[in-house]
Amino acid sequence: MRGQPSLCDVLTPQSLQEALSLRVAHPEARPLAGGTDLMVPFAAGRLPDRLFLNLWGLEELRGITVSDGEVTCGALTLFREIAVHPLMQREFPNLVRSAKVTGALAIQSRGSLGGNIANGSPAADTPPSLLVYGSELQLTSLRGSRWVPYADFHTGYKRSLLAPDELITLIRLARLGDGGFHYFRKVGTRQAQAISKVSLAAWARTGNGQIQELRIALGSVAPMPIRARGAEKALLGRSVTNPPLDAALEALQADISPIDDLRSSAQFRRKVAGNLLADMLRGLVSA
Amino acid sequence: MKDYAHIGRSVLRREGRAKLTGAALFTDDLKIEGLLYGATVRSREPRGRIKGIHFEEGFPWEEFIIVTARDIPGKNVVAHLQQDQPCLADGVINHAEEAIVLLAHPDPLRVQDARARVRVDVEPLPTVLSIEESLACDPVIWGQDNVFKTILITKGDPDGARVKGHFQLEATYRTGAQEQLYIEPNAMIGEATAEGVLVRGSMQCPYYVHHALHEMFHLPLEKIRVVQVETGGGFGGKEDYPSMLACHVALLSWKAGGRPVKIAYDREEDMACTTKRHPSRTRIRSAFGADGTLLALDVELILDGGAYMTLSPVVLSRAAIHASGPYRCSNLRVHAQALATNTPPHGAFRGFGAPQSLFAIERHMDEAAQHLGLDPAELRRRNLLHTGDAMATGQIMRDEVDLVALMDRALTEIRYAEKRASYPTLNAGDDPVKRGVGFSVFMHGGGFTGSAESTLNSVVALEGTAGGRVRVLAASTEMGQGANTVFTQVAAEALQAPVDLIEVVPPDTALVPNSGPTVASRTTQVVGKLVLDAGLAMRKTLLEAGLLADGDVAAAIRTYVARHGALRTESRYQKPDFVEWDDATYRGDAYATYAWACYAADLRVDLVTYETQVADFVAVQEVGRVLNPTLAAGQIEGGVAQGIGWGLNEEVIWRQGSMANHQMSNYLMATAADLPRIRVFFEERPYAYGPGGAKGLGELPMDGPASALLNGVQHALGLVPRQVPLTPEVLMDLVEGA
Ligand SMILES: Cc1cc2nc3c(=O)[nH]c(=O)nc-3n(C[C@H](O)[C@H](O)[C@H](O)COP(=O)(O)OP(=O)(O)OC[C@H]3O[C@@H](n4cnc5c(N)ncnc54)[C@H](O)[C@@H]3O)c2cc1C
Repeated sequence: MRGQPSLCDVLTPQSLQEALSLRVAHPEARPLAGGTDLMVPFAAGRLPDRLFLNLWGLEELRGITVSDGEVTCGALTLFREIAVHPLMQREFPNLVRSAKVTGALAIQSRGSLGGNIANGSPAADTPPSLLVYGSELQLTSLRGSRWVPYADFHTGYKRSLLAPDELITLIRLARLGDGGFHYFRKVGTRQAQAISKVSLAAWARTGNGQIQELRIALGSVAPMPIRARGAEKALLGRSVTNPPLDAALEALQADISPIDDLRSSAQFRRKVAGNLLADMLRGLVSA
Repeated sequence: MKDYAHIGRSVLRREGRAKLTGAALFTDDLKIEGLLYGATVRSREPRGRIKGIHFEEGFPWEEFIIVTARDIPGKNVVAHLQQDQPCLADGVINHAEEAIVLLAHPDPLRVQDARARVRVDVEPLPTVLSIEESLACDPVIWGQDNVFKTILITKGDPDGARVKGHFQLEATYRTGAQEQLYIEPNAMIGEATAEGVLVRGSMQCPYYVHHALHEMFHLPLEKIRVVQVETGGGFGGKEDYPSMLACHVALLSWKAGGRPVKIAYDREEDMACTTKRHPSRTRIRSAFGADGTLLALDVELILDGGAYMTLSPVVLSRAAIHASGPYRCSNLRVHAQALATNTPPHGAFRGFGAPQSLFAIERHMDEAAQHLGLDPAELRRRNLLHTGDAMATGQIMRDEVDLVALMDRALTEIRYAEKRASYPTLNAGDDPVKRGVGFSVFMHGGGFTGSAESTLNSVVALEGTAGGRVRVLAASTEMGQGANTVFTQVAAEALQAPVDLIEVVPPDTALVPNSGPTVASRTTQVVGKLVLDAGLAMRKTLLEAGLLADGDVAAAIRTYVARHGALRTESRYQKPDFVEWDDATYRGDAYATYAWACYAADLRVDLVTYETQVADFVAVQEVGRVLNPTLAAGQIEGGVAQGIGWGLNEEVIWRQGSMANHQMSNYLMATAADLPRIRVFFEERPYAYGPGGAKGLGELPMDGPASALLNGVQHALGLVPRQVPLTPEVLMDLVEGA
């Protein structure tokens, strides 16, 4: 290990209130949830932070709450909790699938939804699902709480609306009812412990042979997780059995801006993103 | 087959309980008084001249032990076949990640911190980073022409036969580097003064390390002691590299006045700087008769050896000898070369050259079958070797193995005929997931090549103790593969004693004779035979002393030792009478025997993601008598898993001569979730010169999977993949015709 624990300090608040105060008193303290993102660069000696704000014990940030219209997840909700939650399985299967393909069992039992979002990786696996379900984030500071659409949260590569004194506290999903079509697929080339090369989530509702509602989101094809608004537009209101695939694929190529990196090539990402869209539409027809 | 008391039974792993409970201590677990922690400062550039080494000002360097090439008491080499590799770069750098400065400190974190505060100024020199650049001698970076070694095997008239062939095919195949990924990264502890040098650590070959320390320190052999500590896997990756690391820790300790120094690499450093499988390029030109008879083979094989020679000539030799596969061919040329490039030296990895050349020939056969309009099984049926046939080096195949029957067994198990016929129809539909079935037939020579076993002159000793136990003394190492257990079984069998009486002594050059390196699938086949012979000799001694009347071996040993003070028997390697080998002409018995196999895979290629999944895998092999069925099956399954990884996803990404993806997260080794059930079948034909009839089997399973998979992809898609790993990116280019 090349990280230097002896040079580091960890602040462990007993309540959310205390955590928020510490956020103001020590703006340099890095929030630490499950640590599954932070520990990797730390062990490699590449994490510059020396002070950490340990959120792990904050009960206020835990748990999945279901009400008539919505489901709220504390920022510390673990992938595993999502994966085994019966209502999530029924109504938000994409999120469940993305949680189940995150890392493997150990990571799923330690990594948090809030951490997955806050880390801001374009390759993170739950964001595309969160985007298609129209989720919202509660950001909290001593100044108070605000709700922001998740779609607006990321503002660029590893940049977001989160203010230095804020924490992500809740993730809210509006319940969509039955009858929708859900699609999620991660392309990581390995069945577990894989970082996505491309991922695509979609949610749609059809009627009268038409695509009446459609949301598509992708991971690993832009500086942040994105909605494919162009592709959505090309398909909305069009025939389910005979959708304008070429136009949708063309629009998708304009929606995304993938790069070459160690995990894959821009060319592969473009091609496979298109294949996933076509695969999703094949599924929609047979749904 | 003969029935034995211990041989052929799945005796439990001797050290299994200790490993399971955590009682087994690996190098990094050892608690040592006064220990210093070492770290290595390495080059970033692939080639250049060292202009200066700068230690950051204001940093308390006086707390550190600092070693550079100038501190080396003897020769600045890591001795392998040639002495071209320095222990620490001096003046010039020939590859990225080359060690330049060593540091040690009592605090392991301080030493990591310090490493970043040493700056090496390097004037870059032009580099050679590919086989093509090396061939072009642009520039020359090693010797006269960048060539470590050339091997030529010829038979008949390949050029004449080729033009006469009914059908000719030429194709070039490529394979990538592969990281061994043993669980335990390299680790070593050294204590060195003029009085003596002690190195303990994770290794496969204690006497290689011993030799390297001897050359570097110029101390008498008896002043050097090397002890193998519990070793968490090797796969060849701990064959030559530990010599380097041993020299490093010993040098630091030497400079620190003999205080113990440990270096335990973390995963990133281990992946970046240690040896990998040689990348290869193989061009095959073949000719077949109208009936599919293989008339001529012309193979040009090139291995990328990296910056220094290390073991490349030996890897090349095995690659060359296996290059024509298990086929009869009277007109043949194998021209093989190992070349220098400015990358860290490539080294031993399970299979040792054979996976590369067998991949090429086994792909080539399926391509040829397609052109000839024959089923790949039919083409092989017409060309497979039979007992009594001459192999590439003129060696007469003595093993009584029916390769056609072996192949048919694998094909039956995978339901080849049915799938071969039905998949094309299924694949014609809209489903983007295409199915394919493919297989390979291959062999692996057991033990060292040619006359090398005779040169090694291995010795094993058995010792009876006053307490009535038996100690096996050999330099062969347990690294998870089961050597301890197999030696125990063999010794117990020879002595007709219970296994609990036997104890395999952890290798320590002060105690054990040199039974050679733990490589080349030789430990069971060759060293196991020596254990057997030493055991039989001990039994004979006890019998002649009249002590075995009641069959109680422990009591007999106790009495014998009480009467005579000691009981020790030794046995020394003797080559089987028939083995003749000429190293100058590459003619003769390349290996005393071979293990033979046919592996078959049923797979799915997803044209949405270009990912290939193996749905079913059958491994049928003839390995002589199986000494321990559980361990043997484990070896096969593990080797197949490594072979699948090499074939599909394990890609070393090179950037300026260094491995860019030196992390488990971006070097995609297969996980359990990626692997099919691997169905293992043994044909057992006892081999007369192996213990209880056993042959080597450890490397065999690495040789076959990659070509079987790509043959399956050819079946599924009708395309012709010629390189591994066949990553989704590569497959996409192939499918999209890029
Ligand atoms: C082996 C392995 C496999 C992995 N596989 C995957 C995978 O398949 N898919 C995937 O998406 N990810 C994967 N990850 C990454 C990681 O597990 C996830 O991103 C996880 O969700 C991070 O959550 P955490 O609680 O561990 O975050 P931490 O590591 O504790 O924190 C991550 C970041 O979020 C910030 N943060 C955390 N909580 C809050 C909060 N409430 N408010 C504000 N900021 C906060 C932290 O300051 C930090 O910057 C993997 C990681 C490992 C080590």
